Amino acid sequence: MSVWIAIGATAVGCYLVKLAGLLVPAHALERPVVQRLAALLPVALLAALTAQQTFSAGGALVLDARAAGVGAAGLALAVRAPFLVVVGAAVAVTAGVRALGG
Amino acid sequence: MPEQTVSAEQISNVPGSREACRDTTAAKPDGAVVRDALGVGVAVGLSGFAFGVTSAGAGLTPLQTCALSLLVFTGASQFALVGAIAAGGNPLTAAAGAFFLGVRNTFYGLRLSQLLALPPFVRPLAAHWVIDETAAVSLAQPTRRAARLGFTVTGLTLYVLWNLTTLLGALGAEAIGDTDAWGLDAAGPAVFLALLAPMLRTAAERAVAALAVVLGLGLLPVLPAGVPVLAAALAAPVVLWLKGRVPAGGEGR
Repeated sequence: MSVWIAIGATAVGCYLVKLAGLLVPAHALERPVVQRLAALLPVALLAALTAQQTFSAGGALVLDARAAGVGAAGLALAVRAPFLVVVGAAVAVTAGVRALGG
Repeated sequence: MPEQTVSAEQISNVPGSREACRDTTAAKPDGAVVRDALGVGVAVGLSGFAFGVTSAGAGLTPLQTCALSLLVFTGASQFALVGAIAAGGNPLTAAAGAFFLGVRNTFYGLRLSQLLALPPFVRPLAAHWVIDETAAVSLAQPTRRAARLGFTVTGLTLYVLWNLTTLLGALGAEAIGDTDAWGLDAAGPAVFLALLAPMLRTAAERAVAALAVVLGLGLLPVLPAGVPVLAAALAAPVVLWLKGRVPAGGEGR
């Protein structure tokens, strides 16, 4: 049940912020500080999520095969590989390291 | 980002009578716009498979997984939500993290609203497709006509494929069994990293990312699941505030 609450809240919230952009008069959000904060907010969230989903398990910090996989994704990004190759590299390297007992 | 290369074949393919040429600025053939849109739509749509598998691995049913792709339809928020649910967070805390990630779509909408000039009754429908990829394709187009076409083709391709591949991933995960053995738990963070990388251009952006990593990992063992991500979001205002205190020219932009 609580999963459905989370799904419902996310669906409504995410739809409303999308709609707001199309309906709100442009000048309302054109203050420079708002624009800059809006650009930096996803940077903070994505960085924290990347780190947490790479280095945590059940509320504790861990170092396992995922670190190697996400490292491979980072390398793929550095050579400007397409999106699917980046994700594929992470999955393949993580699976490989686990298969080797990592 | 879509490739903007135009081949000789495409250029010779634009007769003066084409509707596209009604636009005053350099017209772009519809075919080239559609190709841009399909390229982005197909590549990202396929990663819906990774989402379906990740969501199933987090313990969501196929119905719940598909509901997310149908109703939320913004990938980073979806990955964040199932990650938070897997970590055992409170549902509203989990939704808050996903919501804040979705706020960037408001700013895409602002720019698209001026570019696409949609009639009021279309906006509630078009809003559902206002995401990273449709904004990237539309904003790269030279004319309103091309932008509208790019938005529609990218949105449609992505919506159909993302939902189809989500379903396949959710069902496939059950057949695969232990998704971790296949390394599929690394797909989520890899997607986040791929979205993050192009945003790290300025010193301020890199500082925000570094501070967010420290906050996100440092607070993880001491705060309830889902809360450390929200706390890490404070890196954005903190860096902005610190930057405001540095004399102008202190940062290389």
